Amino acid sequence: MWGYIARRVLATVPVVAIVALVVFSILHVAPGDPAALIAGDQATPEQIAAIRAKLHLDLPIYQQFGLWLGNALAGDLGTSIFSNRPVAALFLQRLEPTVALTVTTTIVAVLLAVPAGVLAAWRSGSLVDRAVMGTAVLGFAFPVFVVGYILIYLFAMKLRLMPIQGYRPIAEGFWPCLQHLVLPSLALGLSFMALIARITRASVLEVLGQDHIRTARAKGLPTRRLLFHHALPNAAVPIVTIIGVGVALLLGGVVVTESVFAIPGVGRLVVDAILARDYPVIQGVLLIFSLTYVVVNLIVDLIYVAIDPRISYRGGS
Amino acid sequence: MKRIGLLAAIVAIGLTGSVCSADAQNKIVIRSVPIGNLKVVDPIWTTAYITRNHAYMVWDTLFALDADNKPQPQMVDTWSVSPDKLTYTFTLRDGLKWHDGGAVTAADCVASIRRWGARDGMGQALMSYTAALEPVDAKTFRLVLKEPVGFVIEALAKIDSNVPFMMPERIAKTDPNEQITEVIGSGPFRFVANEWVPGSKVVYEKFKDYVPRKEPASQAAGGKVVYVDRVESIYMPDHGVAMAALASGELDLHESPATDLLKLVEGNPDVVITPNDKLGYQLFMVLNHLHPPFNNKAVRQALAWGIKQEEFLTAMTGDPERFSVCAAVYGCGLPNESKAGTVPLLHPDPEKAKSMLQAAGALGAKVTLMDPTDNDLHSAALVAAQTLRRMGFVVDVVAMDWSTLIQRRASKAPPEQGGWNIFVTNATATGTANPLTNNFVKNCDQAWYGWPCDPRIVDAGRQWALATDPAKQRQLIDELQRLHMENVTNVPLGMYRPTIIYRKELSGIIPAPAIFYWNIKKQN
Amino acid sequence: MRVLARRHPAVAGGVVILAVILIATLLAPWLAGHDPLFIDPLARLLPPSPQHWLGTDALGRDVWSRTVYGGRVSLVVGVAAAVIATGAGLLIGLVSGYSRIADALLMRVMDGLMSIPTILLAIALMAVVKASLATVVVAIAVVEVPRVVRLVRGVVLSVREQPYVEAAVVAGSSFGTILARHILPNTLAPVVVQATYICSAAILIESLLSFLGAGTPPEVASWGNIMAEGRIYFLVAPWIILAPGVVLAVTVLAINLVGDGVRDMLDPRFAKRI
Repeated sequence: MWGYIARRVLATVPVVAIVALVVFSILHVAPGDPAALIAGDQATPEQIAAIRAKLHLDLPIYQQFGLWLGNALAGDLGTSIFSNRPVAALFLQRLEPTVALTVTTTIVAVLLAVPAGVLAAWRSGSLVDRAVMGTAVLGFAFPVFVVGYILIYLFAMKLRLMPIQGYRPIAEGFWPCLQHLVLPSLALGLSFMALIARITRASVLEVLGQDHIRTARAKGLPTRRLLFHHALPNAAVPIVTIIGVGVALLLGGVVVTESVFAIPGVGRLVVDAILARDYPVIQGVLLIFSLTYVVVNLIVDLIYVAIDPRISYRGGS
Repeated sequence: MKRIGLLAAIVAIGLTGSVCSADAQNKIVIRSVPIGNLKVVDPIWTTAYITRNHAYMVWDTLFALDADNKPQPQMVDTWSVSPDKLTYTFTLRDGLKWHDGGAVTAADCVASIRRWGARDGMGQALMSYTAALEPVDAKTFRLVLKEPVGFVIEALAKIDSNVPFMMPERIAKTDPNEQITEVIGSGPFRFVANEWVPGSKVVYEKFKDYVPRKEPASQAAGGKVVYVDRVESIYMPDHGVAMAALASGELDLHESPATDLLKLVEGNPDVVITPNDKLGYQLFMVLNHLHPPFNNKAVRQALAWGIKQEEFLTAMTGDPERFSVCAAVYGCGLPNESKAGTVPLLHPDPEKAKSMLQAAGALGAKVTLMDPTDNDLHSAALVAAQTLRRMGFVVDVVAMDWSTLIQRRASKAPPEQGGWNIFVTNATATGTANPLTNNFVKNCDQAWYGWPCDPRIVDAGRQWALATDPAKQRQLIDELQRLHMENVTNVPLGMYRPTIIYRKELSGIIPAPAIFYWNIKKQN
Repeated sequence: MRVLARRHPAVAGGVVILAVILIATLLAPWLAGHDPLFIDPLARLLPPSPQHWLGTDALGRDVWSRTVYGGRVSLVVGVAAAVIATGAGLLIGLVSGYSRIADALLMRVMDGLMSIPTILLAIALMAVVKASLATVVVAIAVVEVPRVVRLVRGVVLSVREQPYVEAAVVAGSSFGTILARHILPNTLAPVVVQATYICSAAILIESLLSFLGAGTPPEVASWGNIMAEGRIYFLVAPWIILAPGVVLAVTVLAINLVGDGVRDMLDPRFAKRI
């Protein structure tokens, strides 16, 4: 098994390297000059040129890439052009809100959507089924920010149940932190829930039609045990897959959600950096993202092996 | 499934019960929304207003403008001018300290003035007339001029970017083309570096060792007494959310709310709406004098007749009470307001504009307009496009973000090759107030983007800088205004005043172009 | 159609909705009533009225007209991105499935692209080029290609192992014949289904891109742009966000329903179920 893990890990190196190369080259083809932006409105061309030289923006691209890669491998992801702070420090500072939001959203989505999907599969074809699936599909179709604004308007402004925006670190208290995450999680999680519910339903339906389930029913097994102890575990693989895939999708929605709810997370950091052409930040953070994605995939693969003995780690994937 | 649920519930209750909120610390905190995202902390390196506002918290100045826009000493205790008007001697107040300990010395001030004088337009002008600038002793320094000029104290009291803030000598010795990295000053607040989340939150705390002047606060001058413990400046790009947060008490003050959303809080007894900056901003159109069609003076003059300032101003701010039509290049409501040559802008006549255009043979001429889609000048750009089309130009609206615009505007190439013909921008009223600070209408070798060149304007500007007689200055200003209108250096689009909103628990907010957090009290 | 309506009512509903939206956007010049680009600053932020069915936005433009014309833009973005993504994905997937060497390189690149969250990749691509309808379409297509590639590659790999294909190779059938007769038909069904999902995803992504300021240029009235420019005013003029938002959601929903239906019809297993 360790051989399998080692092989999988090694396989990720070229992927991450390619991401680094792609990200780097895209950005340096871009129009828009961070030097001009830093120098400000009333700078002379000489002042702008001096700044470019200092940021090594006047070196050929491959030299800039080499410099950056060398540093990155040593753990130094460079310094933000604008705030002059190390990229790694900026990332770590903004990590907690994003992680808290993603985790909360995943938990909420799974807790709400999996039972809903199971219910829909159990009562397949009935009104309940249609209602659940209908709501799920609708949730998928609305853009995240529209849902966000509607939630803010209803719950925060009209009903005054939740705070409107912002983030409170866990260090300042678990409950305030959670309170500020409820609306963003719902907004972000809606499409995730839709996805999970659908896949759960389809997967459980398939399992329910199988012989061993029909036998269990014939033997008089109570419904809840049947559904959650027999059907669900067998249907687990696609559901776990979609949760893993969904987390990756979430990262995209996180960006918009952080923007609407003023949460100081990594998503906003990257978007602001992209729009401001803060190259070191963009490169560093996208690199970390791709590493994370790769690691999460690895973990998901290992979970498969753990929960489904039919899947062997020996063959190709 | 059931067991998991029960477990989760127990954990949640346990954690909730055990941790108390950290807010119960009896600190007086102001939570406010700044005008923008603080990216650069060095107010000498950049003219960005957000940086200037941030700088006012942590740094102090030698002189400052009071509520009548007259320079008053701030860090300076006494000062004198020699009879031949060439030597200025300044002595600092007692008790001025840096945030990291150590007293403020004359050497610090000399280094700071030099650094500022390397970057700022007015500072560069001052340095060009300076023969010597050196400390005399620990608290005294002197400035020796080559010839008498009338603006030394005005320059040191400058309220608009770049403000000549005083920094410790070791920081002021940083190359002017590089950013400083430490935010250490002698101002009434301390910058809390380890709590700064760039792009999201900046934190300042009261500097306990600050010695304010005895006079009452008056715009940027007078005693800077701080009545709160902490200020948290939270960047919130989503105006709707910010407005809702202020209405519910999650925020105390918003420095630049969206005018259209003010009606949400208009009836709210807990919220105060006020135009804190009486002078505000000047909006103007920048023309490229190097390439057709605006290299032709007749075409530029035709353009002036076709502009309806109201349309631009309404698009920018919505509320007629917050803007005024104004054609004075050096601003209306300011000392250098002039009415010379302003008829076309104040009495627009689109038909006349069109016929003038036709006479100049420019009907159907192609105009490349740069449109910054990511800031509020975008609305003005779209109005400009429609105005030009109405007059008979063919307009190519090139959408770009602000960072691209400020790069592209530096290009002198023809529009088809990456250049441009026209864009709209703004500047603070104080920044456009006189021929020395208003870089935007300087000509020839001092010209800003657009590169207008009329040697008569350069000459008149130079004479104004040297003039010490107010009557002569007045005459030169009218002459400059007339020349600007005749030449159409740029097209003034009027002035508008931003409003601020704050909760009624706050009081003592000083009317000024920036929000000063001293003098503000917060009731609990 | 009646058979469809009886057996798959949801799909039928989706088709009807799409038809309505399509016709509405085609008839835009007659349906709209105002020039979607005409700026009238003195008539800004008016509530819905007989002159302006959905009111006006911050520059005085008629929201109803912009929404109707916006449908054209969004549908074009959706269809074009889907076509380009599936076309490119098909090509790359086929190559990848066939050549081991190319596969090794291409799959790494695809994995790399997939490891960056879609929105961020799209924004980064948009930041590089001059914003236009074409570049937005291409950026979204690029982001969706990896999944199509994986799908096609999977099909190609499994079909290749089939005995009848091996037999065809041994018998000397040309590459083109094998491709056309055996491989393509098997890829067609899943690719078509995927295409409909890409179409709906593209419409959503465009709105998110425009919301963040990296989407279609502002002169173009896309649903995303209308919402992006109207976001500040949600609390005072909610119709600016809600009108295009609801229409967008309904369109995305309809496309997904149609996609589901196509998938169900093409998949023999599911055909029995309902």
